[in-house]
Amino acid sequence: MRLIHAAALTLILCAAGMGCKKNATAASSTGDIVIGEFASMTGGTAAFGTSSHDGLLLAIEQANNAGGVLGRKIKLVTADDRSDVNEAVTAVQKLINSDGAVAIIGEVASKRSLAGGAICQRYKVPMLSPASTNPAVTVEDGKVKPWVFRICFTDDFQGSADGKFAADKGWKRIAVLTDVDEDYSKGLSKFFKLAFASHGEIVADESYRNSDRDFQSQLTRIAEKHPDAIYIPGYYTELKLIATQAASIGLKVPLFGGDGWDSPETVASDATQGDFYSDHYSGDDPSPRVQDFIKTFDARFGEKPGAMAVLGYDAGKVIIDAIQRGGKADPASIRDALATTRDFPGVSGSITIDADHNARKSLVMLEIKDHAAHLVKTYTPDEVEK
Amino acid sequence: MHALIEQLLIGLSIGATYALIALGYTMVYGVLRLINFAHGDVYMVGAVVGYYIAGQLIGHMPPWLVLVAVFLGAVVACCILGYLIELLAYRPLRNRPRLVLLITAIGVSLLLENLCQLPFIFGPTPRSYPPEVREAFGRYFAPVTLGLSLVLMTLLTWMVMKTKTGLALRAVSFRFDAAQLMGINTNRIISLTFMFGSGLAAVAGVLDAMRYDVRPLMGVMPGLKAFIAAVLGGIGNIPGALVGGLLIGIIETLLRGVILPPAYTSYTDAAAFVILIVILLVKPSGLLGRATQEKV
Repeated sequence: MRLIHAAALTLILCAAGMGCKKNATAASSTGDIVIGEFASMTGGTAAFGTSSHDGLLLAIEQANNAGGVLGRKIKLVTADDRSDVNEAVTAVQKLINSDGAVAIIGEVASKRSLAGGAICQRYKVPMLSPASTNPAVTVEDGKVKPWVFRICFTDDFQGSADGKFAADKGWKRIAVLTDVDEDYSKGLSKFFKLAFASHGEIVADESYRNSDRDFQSQLTRIAEKHPDAIYIPGYYTELKLIATQAASIGLKVPLFGGDGWDSPETVASDATQGDFYSDHYSGDDPSPRVQDFIKTFDARFGEKPGAMAVLGYDAGKVIIDAIQRGGKADPASIRDALATTRDFPGVSGSITIDADHNARKSLVMLEIKDHAAHLVKTYTPDEVEK
Repeated sequence: MHALIEQLLIGLSIGATYALIALGYTMVYGVLRLINFAHGDVYMVGAVVGYYIAGQLIGHMPPWLVLVAVFLGAVVACCILGYLIELLAYRPLRNRPRLVLLITAIGVSLLLENLCQLPFIFGPTPRSYPPEVREAFGRYFAPVTLGLSLVLMTLLTWMVMKTKTGLALRAVSFRFDAAQLMGINTNRIISLTFMFGSGLAAVAGVLDAMRYDVRPLMGVMPGLKAFIAAVLGGIGNIPGALVGGLLIGIIETLLRGVILPPAYTSYTDAAAFVILIVILLVKPSGLLGRATQEKV
């Protein structure tokens, strides 16, 4: 009996505590503006989280050095989700309830953006994903999620562009290797197959799980089909193992994939030289906007930015712009301002949030050569949708 | 045909590491009637220790010497870990009901997994051994793995069947209290069993770390599969663990690469558990195990 009393009391106290904190933030109009970030700072996709975090941090530092926004400083609170979808849910809840974030930035992996987005929807706090490309992140069952936005293209476009690239390369026989545990990989795989169907044949359609570390069985079966190339719409951690194992069984055809490959490890690996992947940005872009950013980023962090860093930076800039234009640091006003973002000059291209809360942007196809990623071709939405 | 042989070879080399882990499960079960669920995490710790040794030594000596140091260091570290786990977690509870020990084993497993996820110990990010160490066996990785596990298993069998310690070990596993009455130091034998099992797991951990990468949760699936392998071979039976391990490796690879259509390959892991259920229903003593009447 006493135990039940104690439990009930604890529950009431928790509820009361949460209520207070939430009210306190919503009412505050002085002090720092808190922006919450949930990111995979560690774990299987740590390169995504650390890279986008650096970009975001740079954007916020620049804004604070220029006097902040609406006369207030911005405070960035980062929660590590350890590349785990359950941790992502906890992280977003913590950012909203205990840290009082008025807007959330995250994640890169679509699965975790989907989970985090559901929490933001419930608490009515705007969320901006820098790099999640699965269509369902912003639009599910034909309904746009009012509180969730992104500043990158989606996988229906990316998959189609990858399909067009394969056709442009003259590849006729393609094997596909999909990570069935990731919404990102499943979506990209689906749109790629649709787009490529009219240009050639999918000779093998294999899958793996992201807990798998041995892919030799699938690769051996793929090798029997003698494909021209293998499409791997997965994340870089598995890709690295797949590429190494493909080389070890003597499978020497080019591999290609999507922006999930973007990490220093992919480019550095000996096994991926001569492979291709689509991405949001290329450091080869000669425009001053891009080259100036590379210089600034290099001066701050001592390395060249990858696409995730660029998108993290742009996400920060877009949120700051939304707070500025909304004129108020509260979730509803930021949401409304985000929805009306038009022609924002981002480093990754001009950003306009459309009716589906996505950004319509071009994609670059990169080739890994001499341990660096080189621009091969740019695909604009217009030429892919033709 | 060629492809089938290739798949079989892949299966054997995967199965060899399952077998090495399964030996630890089976030996501990033999003497204590305990399923040591922390065993898969000892395998992980072996890989982690190897990672740090390789990182320290690479560049200072030839890669093969680094590799020897990695194996030796991981084995020694895991022997100590196995000894400590038994001493601190299981020994105080030895006379409690078996269920208490089993739950403690799960606790130890969670403790090791989460300790290794702390940033100042290893952190959750997968990391690889230096390339020179990873590629030390080149394209002979599969035969080396297989050969190494066969040699280690033969040594273990020789130890159990021909030495005095082995005799004591068999006595303890045959009848715990009677062995004690015959003057056998059962605590020492049990410690030794844990140390041998953990050392073998460390070898498996380093091999898999060379082949794949190192992550704090890498022991979960291989641990479960090795447990199934031990049950398949007949838990408590040393050659059974090897047979079970190789069989699970082969079955899994054939399912993934030959039998199941590509769209269903992600169900391969489930197959191992179906095997476990079928064995428990049809032949609970396993392939090589003897059926024993439970004395009441």
